[in-house]
Amino acid sequence: MRDVAIIGIKNTSFGEQWDRSFRDLVVEAGVGAVDDAGVVGEKIDSMFVGNMSGGQFVEQEHIGALIADYSGLAKDIHVPSTRVEAACASGGLALRQGIYAVASGIDDIVIAAGAEKMTDVPSAKASSALAAAADREWEGIMGATFPGLYAMIAKMHMHKYGTTSEQLASVAVKNHHNGQHNPIAQYKTPITVESVLRSIMVADPLHIFDCSPITDGASAVVLAPADIAHEFTDTPIYVKATAQASDTIALHDRRDITTLDASVVAGRRAYEMAKMGPEDIQLVEVHDCFTIAEICAIEDLGFAKKGEGGIMTQNEETAIGGKIPVNTSGGLKSCGHPVGATGVKQAIEIVEQLRGEAGKRQVDGAEIGMTHNVGGSGATAVVHIFSRNR
Amino acid sequence: MIIMSVPRFWRKQVARYNLVGTHCKKCDEYFYPPRNMCPACRREGEIEDYKFSGKGEVVTYTVIHTAAEGFENQTPYVLGIIKLEEGPSLTSQIISEPETVKIGMKVKPVFRKLGQDGEQGMIYYGTKFIPDKC
Repeated sequence: MRDVAIIGIKNTSFGEQWDRSFRDLVVEAGVGAVDDAGVVGEKIDSMFVGNMSGGQFVEQEHIGALIADYSGLAKDIHVPSTRVEAACASGGLALRQGIYAVASGIDDIVIAAGAEKMTDVPSAKASSALAAAADREWEGIMGATFPGLYAMIAKMHMHKYGTTSEQLASVAVKNHHNGQHNPIAQYKTPITVESVLRSIMVADPLHIFDCSPITDGASAVVLAPADIAHEFTDTPIYVKATAQASDTIALHDRRDITTLDASVVAGRRAYEMAKMGPEDIQLVEVHDCFTIAEICAIEDLGFAKKGEGGIMTQNEETAIGGKIPVNTSGGLKSCGHPVGATGVKQAIEIVEQLRGEAGKRQVDGAEIGMTHNVGGSGATAVVHIFSRNR
Repeated sequence: MIIMSVPRFWRKQVARYNLVGTHCKKCDEYFYPPRNMCPACRREGEIEDYKFSGKGEVVTYTVIHTAAEGFENQTPYVLGIIKLEEGPSLTSQIISEPETVKIGMKVKPVFRKLGQDGEQGMIYYGTKFIPDKC
């Protein structure tokens, strides 16, 4: 198996973008990443695109070919393009498939992208499309929503470990604080614990400010074999681990409601592959689709003891400058959550940090970072570890 | 808004109306929602239908204020995970004043309307839960 490096990156801006179409967004991200890497289209061997639900959001399937076409990679050079879907983990999984392609030796230059255009439908329709990531026949039919499922995780976490609404809110406050320094972020406005607690209740105990937004956006990276990465860039970022795990589709079938076993196992597999432990990771982008999700994530990945994720966040140990900075990009909460793009955007944040290009979000001396991308209420988890050193 | 197509709902009607799930005779695990393959025994499993008593307790719950599409006129409603006495857990609504619902509370099943496709459309029925006082 060959070592793999990221040699080019690009995010579009994240937000509500009525003036831009699905294909506009993906082309901007793809072309930007290729430009950043300094490669030409003829050199691209394949592409993988994470997209959760083109069918429901823009009534468009066959996303792989569409994107190859509008990127100028279809008609003359016929680059193979594959759509990858695992609900909100689609982006992380597209990246993983791209890494497979390069590591296997079959492809050299590969684009891994992710995209979602969520505001071409009313928000009720968008929520309904997202609910399809849960079990439609046995959760959705009973009136379950996504905030509702995570609210049940939160309720149990509070019951079992004494986690408080203020601790949940402190996740959102920290992520908005980080997001204000991210030029692509959907929300660049700092918020307070009081404003989170004052915001309307969506599903008790989750307020609207405990929830990530509906977002349009696309992200892309260019991958290459580590052996030739220096031909393209002075600062290739190396993939030290790619890991994935599955769990039951429905929340009610989980071993423990407050633990995402898929995150625990994907994390463990990643640590084994990289020959590292949580103590080696200097910053992490976790899947904070809801505030409680970030608390579970830092526990499940080994950065906090089970039950202590809330207090750790409240004590600012996960802030930039803290023990383990979490979601320096602003996370899904503040940067935005175009579901198919998120997993790739997380990798781009780590690359910017490890290159030392994260501006006011920069974690000093960062050399090793992790990403954690979750599908549904935890049925899929994808974890990657990246390093500045090979 | 169509909550679910007629054939898709109809084919699991018995399971939804009467809490009929499955049981693996080989390892003695119970499944609701029903599974046709035992996840532990896989191909070696021996699956049979099983009607649950429906007695159980609340594992966790939430009060939903922003409804799922098709459930707008029911807010606020209590959604919970119920652990049945035979072992499996399911997601359903708990019919009770939100402030009376507690984790660990005993519940029993009731046959209720889940929703309806507009004025003229299909009515969906299924099993919800109420507090079991005794």
